[in-house]
This record gives sequence, structure tokens and C-alpha cells, in this order.
Amino acid sequence: MITMEAGSPGWAARLRRRLRDGDVPFRFLAAAFATVVVALLVAIVGVTWQGSASARAAFGLRFLTGTAWNPVAGQFGALPAIYGTIVSSAIALLLAAPPGIMIGVFLSDLCPQRLRWPLSLMVELLAAIPSVVYGMWGIFVFVPFFRSVIATPVSRALGDTVPLLAGPVSVGRGLLVAGVILAIMILPTIAAVSRDVLAVVPNHQREALLALGATRWEVIRHALLPCARAGIVGAMMLGLGRALGETMAATMVIGNTPRIDRSLFQPASTAASLIASQLPTANTELHSSALVFLALVLFLITLLANSLARLLVWRVAGAAGRSR
Amino acid sequence: MFSRSGKRLGTLLALLVVAALGLVACGGGGDSTPTHAGGSGATSTPAAGTPARAGGSGATSTPAAGTPAKGDSWAPRNLKVTLTGSGASFPDPIYQRWIEDYRSVAPGVTINYQSVGSGQGKNDFINGVTDFGGTDAFMTDEELARAPGTLHIPTVLGAVTLTYNLPGVEGLRFSGPTIAKIFLGQVTSWNDPAIAADNPGVELPDQDITVVHRSDGSGTTAIFTDYLSKVSDEWASRVGSGTAVQWPVGIGAEKNPGVTAAVQQTPGAIGYVELIYALANDLPAPAIQNAAGNYVEPSLESVSEAAAGFLAELPDDLRVSITNPPEGENAYPIAGFTWILVRSEYQDEAKAQALTDFLYWALTQGDASARELHYAPLPDPVRKLAIEKLGQVKVNGVPVFTPPAQQ
Repeated sequence: MITMEAGSPGWAARLRRRLRDGDVPFRFLAAAFATVVVALLVAIVGVTWQGSASARAAFGLRFLTGTAWNPVAGQFGALPAIYGTIVSSAIALLLAAPPGIMIGVFLSDLCPQRLRWPLSLMVELLAAIPSVVYGMWGIFVFVPFFRSVIATPVSRALGDTVPLLAGPVSVGRGLLVAGVILAIMILPTIAAVSRDVLAVVPNHQREALLALGATRWEVIRHALLPCARAGIVGAMMLGLGRALGETMAATMVIGNTPRIDRSLFQPASTAASLIASQLPTANTELHSSALVFLALVLFLITLLANSLARLLVWRVAGAAGRSR
Repeated sequence: MFSRSGKRLGTLLALLVVAALGLVACGGGGDSTPTHAGGSGATSTPAAGTPARAGGSGATSTPAAGTPAKGDSWAPRNLKVTLTGSGASFPDPIYQRWIEDYRSVAPGVTINYQSVGSGQGKNDFINGVTDFGGTDAFMTDEELARAPGTLHIPTVLGAVTLTYNLPGVEGLRFSGPTIAKIFLGQVTSWNDPAIAADNPGVELPDQDITVVHRSDGSGTTAIFTDYLSKVSDEWASRVGSGTAVQWPVGIGAEKNPGVTAAVQQTPGAIGYVELIYALANDLPAPAIQNAAGNYVEPSLESVSEAAAGFLAELPDDLRVSITNPPEGENAYPIAGFTWILVRSEYQDEAKAQALTDFLYWALTQGDASARELHYAPLPDPVRKLAIEKLGQVKVNGVPVFTPPAQQ
């Protein structure tokens, strides 16, 4: 770029021409990649469908409602894993969305200029930490802290009246703590994407409200958030997707017991963690087939969540009059 | 989004450095990848100068000429070949060590062993993906039917030890039925009469028991549940044995470190780990009562003795579970073999020669490094049987290895 003389008019024209001439090949290339994605998706569904054949034959739809997971007896039911997946992800989303959006607002509108970049960078770095590190931190730092400071006193005080918080807390690993770790993991994703969509809200929206004498809070409440609503929902869904499919961190802190317990302090299991722990050593055809079936179910859950998000975004975007 | 100003580059770099340091600090441990990159896997050629052998057509090969010499003067044949194997993660450290050491003995032989778990290792071997397999659980008859003629070569012994966290109480010992009751959820407090009966004179606290088990499928779980099935009929009928079972009580943790961490963080917790892990990390390993009625602490010697306790009923194919051995005053009862799976008929002569040479070397020269890494070596009679098995490896019906006469 430096060697190019910006002043020569012929260069810019030639470049523009070349780009235009490149239209066709580029379009072809892009379409090819898009096709590959579709093909990959079809292949994955095909493989999981095929791999789960014997489990589907043995259990059918009862697989979705079965609660036993007994490799020795050859009985497999996915309900505990489905329950663990959905509840832990829901907890994560519930805990991470409000602060995530607030961080986004802070970074895009309230943060002093000098702090904005270091803070943004740190948020993005947090998003890039491998999940196994979160898991380790969970096992050695957060779970012991959570157990002694929150779980044990809470279950002692409320456990008898609220079954959701019943003890004993024992090791401390369980559904709630997994949800909290997942929340910490998806927080930066939600924050970073929220910040980006808030940053592109046109300035005249802010200025218009300020001109009317609105306070900072009113600007955020009535201009920023409505304008960026679709994008914020997208950010939340991105986070939810990460939580649903998260394997390593969940495996390390959830307690890996495919059982449905009414209390959030008790160990549970997610679909991804069950697959990751048992697939390498699945000794019987039926066992590995059931795990592949579980993968198919997880795939469907993710698909459902994504479709729901799409629907939500469309509705929200429609309501906001596509003002972006 | 970030490309607004060059000033920020400094901040970015500083943060990257911090992040990199953090990652390095956290990156330790984890799974061990094979150290040797695979060379030319397909083109295995016996090097020139080896015993007279026709390269490709194995039918004309003469096995007798030049096979290993006797006694101490034995040396592996000079081959240039790559062997691939996969399987159990429990023996991975010792296999990697043997492979490393063997390179100085037979420089032309490259061996890859990937620790992917016993189940995957067996599948790879049955599907013909690998030249040999590694497994902590011997093949079932059904699996053998899919890979007829598979030989089980035991290499080292593993054992499972209990680990518990009871502040102020040390040196506890357990009988088999007590362990079964604890893991069945029938004994729920440390001052239960069953535990007290195993530990006369020990002041036991009124503390709830938290059971911790492995959540990932593992040979450790297989050995442990196999033992429980033998000492408790109720365990055998209600839970059974396998690499993964439906635990009646407790909480699942990932691998040995996960179980250890959970136990150490929780007063009143009890779990089980591999003996090599316990020894390497100085975890106290309680004594377990064996069939002879003695409480025996796990050690390399007591584990080897467990294998010796089964000599009388050792099946010909060496597929045997050695938990709760019927004989042996000092046999530790929760132990098991780990095996290398070998075909009895290979297509590639060089591979078959290199594999049998390597296994013979490992079985005869590998004990010192095994002990160093806390693996219990095979008792001599079992070693002898394992070496005899190597003589059954053939190419086109002709044995490729003649075991040297043993002392």
C-alpha cells in the first residue's frame, strides 16, 4: 500500500476494475463455501442418525423420557441429561444476560474514553479463555468458595422449605454451580456483542433525546436499548448456544450424575458432558449408539434454541421498525 | 471494531503477554500425546542385512534362520518399520517410556501409541486401524468373534486404591463388604458399625460419607466394580461391573485428578483412584482385606502377588480378572492386568517381527522402568506365558518369533 502512489488516478481505476472483474469468481467461491456448510450439517445429521440406529430401534421416543442411564444393564434414557443441559444453560443465561448487557452499555456509552479500549480488550480476552481453564478454576477456586459461602448456608437456612435448595451440599459440585460457571463463561460473549450492536446505534438517536432534555438513563432506556434490541437478543442467543454445547467446564463442575434431583445443589449431568465422558470407553454397541442418539438430541435442542432466537429477533426487529 | 487507532497496539500486546503467561501456567497436565510423529506407515521394509527373508512374499520366508539368539545375547532384528497402536490410558506413561527406551535398542523401529481409552483401542484394533491395541478390560467373546485369533499379552499390573478425607483419622482399613455398602449408600456415616468393625480401637467421628466416583468411563472403574461384584452379591445384582456403571449414590468427577480434588476438598468424602496416581501424589492408600482375611496395603509387591494368586486358574488365553484373588496371604485384592492386543496372523512380516521383538524386549527388560513409574511388574510365571504367546504370532502361517529359551 505504501509503494502505491495514491495520486495516480490510473491505479484506483484499475483496482476497481479488477475487483469488479473478480465479482464472478468471488461469488462462486463464497457460494461454494456456503454449500460446504450445508453439506457438513447434512453429513453430521446423517452420521448421528445412522450411528444412533440401534439405540433408536431399542428405545425409540422413550429415550427422551427415560430416566435410567445404566451401561451395565443396557438401559439408556436421556431425560436427566436433557434436564441438566437445559436447566444449567437457563441458569447461565438468567445470570449472565443482565450484567452482560449492562457491561455492553457501559463500554459503548458510559465508559471514560481512556478506559474503553483496555476494558473492551479484557472482555474479549475473557471470551477467549479455553473452557478447561474455567473448569479448573471452578474445581479449585470457585466451587470450594461457593460451597462454603453460599451453598451450605443457603441450603441450611432454606433447604427444608424450598426443595430447590435442599442439601446436603457435600462436594459442592452440582447444577447451580455449573450454571454459575457457565454464566461467567458466556458473560463476555454477551457483553462484547452487546457493546458492538450498541456502538452502531446512530448518534442522532442519542442526540435527539438529549436535545429533548432527557437524562443519560432515559437515553439508554428509550433510544439505545430499543434500537439495539434485536442485536442484544442475538448476543444472548450466542451465549445460550455456547452454554448448551459447553462440554469441558460443565463436565468438571456439574458432578456428572445422570439423575434428576429437585435440588439445584445436587449433582446432575449435561448431554455434552455425558457424551464426552463415556464415548471413548463405551464398550457395547448399544452404549455408544445411545450416546450418539444423545448427540442427536442435543443437536435438536440447539436447533430449537436457535430457531426460537431467530423468531424472537424477527419479532423484535419488526417491532422496532428495523431502525438499525 | 478494534482498528481505530495504532496507540492501542501497546495495550493489546501487554494483555496478550499476560494472557500467554496465564495459559502457560494453566496448560500443564492434560493428555499425553505420542512423542513420535509417524513416519512412513505403509512402506515397511525389512532392512538389508537381516536374516535371509524374501521381502514381500512371506510364503517363502524361513522363520528358523536367524531368529533371536538365546539368553542375554538376544537382540531385536534390524528392521525399519512403523507400528501404530492405540488404547488404554492407564498404561500410557509406561508404554511411552518403553517406546522411548526402545529407540536406542532398535533405532529403525518407530512406535506410536495413542492413549484413547480401552474401548476405542479395542475398536481400532478390531477394525484393523492399528497394528496393536491396548486395553485394561479383556475382549469379550463377542468382540473376539469380530477379531478372531486376537492374542492378549499382559504387560503390567494396575491396582485401584481408596482415598478418603476424614480430618483427624488416619490409617483406616476396609473389608470388601464394607466398601460395597459404602458405595451402595447403605453405610452413610463414618461411625457406622461396619467401618468400626474393620477398625477396632479407632475413634470414628459422626460424619456423613460423601461418595466420589469416576464420571468418565475407565478401566479403573471396571476393576473396582469387578471387585465389588465379587465381594458383594447385592452389588453384583444391583449395579454390576463395567467401565461405566449406574452409581446408586455419590458424585462423579473426571479422571483421577478430579476424584482426588473432590475428595480432598470435602471432609467425609471417599473415592477410588489408580494406585500409580496415588503413589505418584503421595496419597494415603488404606489397607484392604483380601480373601485370606489379611488387611493388605497396596504396593507393587502386593499387587504382583494378586496376579500370582490366580496362577492356578489362569486361562490359556490369559483373559482373566484378578480381583479378590483366592490365594496369596499378602495379595492386594483390587488389581488387574493391562494387555496389549496382538493379531495371531499379520500380513506385513516386518511389522509382525518388530512388534514381537518390542514386546519381548518390554517383557524382559522393562521391569525397572515400570517400577520407577509405579507399575507392578508381572509375576515370572505370567511373564513366561506372555512370552510364549508371542511365539503364536504368524505371517502366512509361519511363526515370526521364537522365544529364546528361558532360564
